[in-house]
Amino acid sequence: MGSDVMGSDALLNPGLPVRVFAWIMLAFLMAPVLIIIPVSFSSAQYLSFPPPGFSLQWYERFLGNKDWLAAIWVSIQVATLSAVLTVIIATLAAIPLVRSDFSRKTLIYGLLLAPMIVPVIITAIALYFIFARIGMGGTVIAIAIGHTIVVMPIAVVVLSATLQGVDSRLENAAMSLGASRFQAFRRVTLPLIAPGIISAGLFAFLTSFDELVIPLFLGGPNAQTLAVRIWNSVMLEIEPTIAAVSTFLIALTVLIMVAANLLKKARRWA
Amino acid sequence: MSHIKDVTGGTPIVLESLWKTYANFVAVSGIDLSVGAGRFCTVLGPSGSGKTTTLMMIAGFVAPTRGRILVSGRDIAALPPQKRNLGVVFQNYALFPHLTVFDNVAFPLIMRRVPQAEIAQRVERMLETVELAGLGGRYPRELSGGQQQRVALARALVFEPRVLLMDEPLGALDKKLRSSLQIELKALQRRLDVTVIYVTHDQEEALTMADQIVVMQGGRIEQNGTPEDLYDRPATAFVAGFMGDTNLVRGVVMAADKDGTLRIDHPTGRRIIARASGFQAGDHVAASLRPECLSIESPDGPEEPENAWDGRIAAVTYLGDAIRYHVAVGENRPTLAETLVVKAARRGTEHRRFSEGDAVRVRWSRSDARVLPPTRADARILPPMQAGGH
Repeated sequence: MGSDVMGSDALLNPGLPVRVFAWIMLAFLMAPVLIIIPVSFSSAQYLSFPPPGFSLQWYERFLGNKDWLAAIWVSIQVATLSAVLTVIIATLAAIPLVRSDFSRKTLIYGLLLAPMIVPVIITAIALYFIFARIGMGGTVIAIAIGHTIVVMPIAVVVLSATLQGVDSRLENAAMSLGASRFQAFRRVTLPLIAPGIISAGLFAFLTSFDELVIPLFLGGPNAQTLAVRIWNSVMLEIEPTIAAVSTFLIALTVLIMVAANLLKKARRWA
Repeated sequence: MSHIKDVTGGTPIVLESLWKTYANFVAVSGIDLSVGAGRFCTVLGPSGSGKTTTLMMIAGFVAPTRGRILVSGRDIAALPPQKRNLGVVFQNYALFPHLTVFDNVAFPLIMRRVPQAEIAQRVERMLETVELAGLGGRYPRELSGGQQQRVALARALVFEPRVLLMDEPLGALDKKLRSSLQIELKALQRRLDVTVIYVTHDQEEALTMADQIVVMQGGRIEQNGTPEDLYDRPATAFVAGFMGDTNLVRGVVMAADKDGTLRIDHPTGRRIIARASGFQAGDHVAASLRPECLSIESPDGPEEPENAWDGRIAAVTYLGDAIRYHVAVGENRPTLAETLVVKAARRGTEHRRFSEGDAVRVRWSRSDARVLPPTRADARILPPMQAGGH
C-alpha cells in the first residue's frame, strides 16, 4: 500500500530518536506474541517463561480434544456466515450511498454506522431478547447476525471508499456498449471493487473469530465459539493450552493476511 | 444482419426542442439540431454551455426534461443507454482497467452474444483498423495515451453502430499527437461512414474535422453551420470570439443609413463605419475585426481617414510566419478592451517594422468589419412548463 506514497527525505530518513521510539513501539506491540509462541511449545506443566524445553503436548491437548475442535468448527461457521452476510449487505448499501443522491442519505449512512458507537454489550443484550423471543437463541445463525451488525460500519466505510475509487463513467461506458445495469455491475464494477470486498470479508471473518461478547450472550451449549471456549477455559485455570490456542489464532490471522496480499500482487492490471 | 449495416452506413440524428432543467438551473434550453447521415458534427462551446449535457442526453445517461431525440427517425429519448446502439467515446476513455485490450474491444460483442469465433475475428480486424494489431494482450495501463484513445475508439466502433458520440476524446493528449489523431479520426469516420457528434471546446479541432459545427453557449445554440459559415460569417459576437482570434469592438449604433451603412461609436469616442443590415440607431453591437484583416502603418497625414485608429504599440509578438502587434488605442492606460490585435504576415525576409512604443495607425476596410449582436444567450428563457416557477 505504501509503495506509491511519496514523502520528503526527512520523512523517509527519520533521525535517531524517531527510530528508537518506533522500535520501542513495535516491541511493545509484538511482545505478547513473542512470549506466547514459545510458551505454547513448552515442556513444562504450567505457564512459565522462558520454557524449560520443547514439546508439542499443548497442541496435542488442544487439537486432540473434541470440545476444542467443535469450538473451532463453530467459529469457522459463524465467521464465514458473518463475512458473507457482511460483504453482501455492505456492498448493496455502498452502491446507493456512493452512486445516487437521495434525500435521506445522511440519515441512512448514520444508521449504518451507529453500531460503531453503541457498546457491543448493548447490541448483544438487545439481540439476546429478540432471538430468545423468536426461538433462535443459541444458534450459529444468531451469533453470525450479531457479528454482522458489529462489523457492518467498518465494512460499509471500506466498500464506500473502494466504490468511490471506481470511476462511474466505466459503468456508463459498459451500458453504452450494450450491458444492462446488472451486467455492468457484474463485469465491470464487481471485479474493480473485489479488493475492497475481500478486505471487508477478511476483516469480518477475523473480527468474528476473535469477538467474545456476542457469542457469550447469543451462543449456547450447541454453539460455543472458540473465543467462548477460551473464556470458559481461563475462568477455570490458566494452563499452556491457552498459549497453543492463541498461537493457532495468530497463525490463522497471519496466514489470511499473507494470502490476501499475495492475491493483491497477482493482479497485473492494478 | 451485419452486412445490412455495412450498406446502410451512418444515419441521421435529429434533436427536437430538447430541454434539460435542474431545480434552479437550465442546462439545455430547447435546442433543435439536425445532423445528416454520415456527417461529422462538432458541438463547440465553453464549459457550462450545455454541450456535454446534450451529448449525454443522446447517449442516454441524462434524461431530457422534454423533447425528442430521433435516430433514423425513431425517438430514442425513453430508451436506456444499452438499447440505443450508439458508440460512445468518453473523456479519459473509460477503458476497463481489469480487462486486456482484446477483452475491452470484445465487450460490446459479448454483450450482444456474438459467437466466440466471430468475436475473435471482428476484434482483430478492428484492432488492425486502429493500428493496434498485436497489442490485444496488453492492459490499458500498459499503453500510451494515444493508444488508449484508439482502444476506446475500437471498442465504440466494433459493434458497427451507425452513430458515434465523442466527448472531448483528445483532450488529454499533447498537441502534436492530437492533430495527427484528428486527421486519422476524420479518415476513419469517412471510411466507416458513421455519423459523428463530437463535443469539444477546442475551436481548431472543430475546424479541422467537422462538416458541421454547432456553437453552444448558455444552453442554447448560438450558430449552426459549416466551418466556413462560422468563421467567415459568425452570427453573433460570441461566435466570432470563439472561432479563432478576433478583435471585438463593442459600441453603439449612432446612425443607420438606408443602404446599410452604419456609424458605430466606441466608448473612446472613435468611430467605425461598416455595412450591415438589420440594425438601427441605439443598438448595442460588437464589430468583429479579424487580426489578419487589419493593416498597420505609420500615422502619416494630419487627419485620421475612415476606419483608421491611431495608437501606440503595446507589445510585439514574433510568430514565425507573422508578427502580432498589440496596439493600445485607448486614451488612458491600455486595457484589453482598448487594444487592437493586428497580425501582419511576414513578406520574404522582412523583419518587424515597428517596435514597442511606436506610434502607429491601424486601418481596415468597411467590408472587413462584421457587425454582430452581442450574443443570443443574453436573452435566456425558461421552458414553457416551468416558466411560472422562476
